[in-house]
Amino acid sequence: MKSSRFDYLVFVAGLLVLWQLVYWAVGADVLSSPFATIARALELLQTEAFWVHAKATTSAFAIASVISIAGGIVIGLWLGLRRFAGDVASPILGSLYSIPKITLYPLILLIFGLGISAKIAFGVIHGIFPVAIFTMNAVRNVAPVYHRTAHIMRLSPVQSAATIMTPAALPEILAGIRVGIALTLLGTLIGELFASTSGIGFALVRAMGIHAVTDILALTLLIFVFAASLNASLHLVERWVRHGG
Amino acid sequence: MTGRTAAPRRWRVSKVGATRAALIVLTLALLELLCRVGVLDRVTIIPPTEMASALWDIVRSGRFNADIAFTLLNTAAAIVLAILAGFFVGAALHVVPRLRRVSEPLLSAYYAIPTFVFYPLLIVTFGVGRAALIVMGAMFGIVAMIVNTMLGLDHVPPAVDKAGSMLRLGPMRQLILVRLPAAAPHLLTGVRLAVAYSVIGIVAGEFILATSGMGKRIAFAYDNFDNRNMYGMLLLLLVGVIIVNGVLTHWENRLHRRFGQR
Repeated sequence: MKSSRFDYLVFVAGLLVLWQLVYWAVGADVLSSPFATIARALELLQTEAFWVHAKATTSAFAIASVISIAGGIVIGLWLGLRRFAGDVASPILGSLYSIPKITLYPLILLIFGLGISAKIAFGVIHGIFPVAIFTMNAVRNVAPVYHRTAHIMRLSPVQSAATIMTPAALPEILAGIRVGIALTLLGTLIGELFASTSGIGFALVRAMGIHAVTDILALTLLIFVFAASLNASLHLVERWVRHGG
Repeated sequence: MTGRTAAPRRWRVSKVGATRAALIVLTLALLELLCRVGVLDRVTIIPPTEMASALWDIVRSGRFNADIAFTLLNTAAAIVLAILAGFFVGAALHVVPRLRRVSEPLLSAYYAIPTFVFYPLLIVTFGVGRAALIVMGAMFGIVAMIVNTMLGLDHVPPAVDKAGSMLRLGPMRQLILVRLPAAAPHLLTGVRLAVAYSVIGIVAGEFILATSGMGKRIAFAYDNFDNRNMYGMLLLLLVGVIIVNGVLTHWENRLHRRFGQR
């Protein structure tokens, strides 16, 4: 364990050195130095304006996540349990997952206008498909003996989904949730970049507009730290369910 | 794959395909109806048939050909860059497990950050034009390729490796003749995702600031309430992406089946 912690330290130090070298190479118009960026990020954390934006982003992100996860799991369970419906829908889901959803921003804006609902919609169209696809595949990969058990116990489809399929498929569903949440965050931030008057994405657009390089990088760093810790904790939950649950 | 007999399987496949086609047609017909009746107003969305005719107009008149060529060429360059760089980084990380383990959190959280916040910085470096867009697209695509290259090399069965060493292949030939084909299905997954992500990067860049390109046209039409051109271009872009993705997915499934692994 100790050696792996040492590896991480070396890796982070290496990244910082690389960053500093690139900074020296390209100049202050393009990048800010790691030290200045981290200092600015810590400074931002103490301003009230940052927390107002952070709160706007988190609330939109939370609502979008709940919709993505709940919707994705319901769709995925249904398509996973009904073989035929799953076969029909799976290429459609795959296509929807792969299209560049950013191109849909005019459509989303025309439908939802500027504001929190457009951000949420952006988050959901990014997050719901991976959750649905992972859940569907997870349910389809459940060992046949579980299906037979549900059959023998004469469980209704809803009962079998709740008591047998979901627990059996849980680790893979959690992997889907992890991917879905990361993409929901991306979607919400994109929504804020294009269509909003508040939130971290909006703060980024403003920084981009006045070319405040240090602010851009400090905000990006904060987003990255947030996303990475969220991702790491979901990894931990996943591992706990896989091995300990 | 389960061992179904051929005839019923083919019958089932065609039934699935027919149902899928019917579902898509019905959805489009419903959308058409809602637009025509006026439930959805024309400022928001135009009927699918008009989108299709707008698309046909664009293709036939050729008035946006320069933009389409601009985007296609940039996307192709970005994809090639992302695939090559991603493959080499992925292979390097595969060889050095310690480096790989520490970079894992970086790679798996990468797609949650909106990479195009770096676009203004790229513009300062490269100026407004092709180079900034290509780098943007490659930055989006590269991580998908890195991750899937590592997965692919992980999944090379030990027996295949041993067969290679029994034939006394050198490390280079071992990599090219044995490991690469064995990792092909996952590499193709990486290619498919790199394509999808590179398109996102390029189009996003064109939305934000560019001199031409399909994204630029869509944004311009949107700003001018020109829904016909906007939806025509949007449809062209989406249809193109869906076709490329469909072809790659099909190819990928065939490779997966052939190598009998998932």
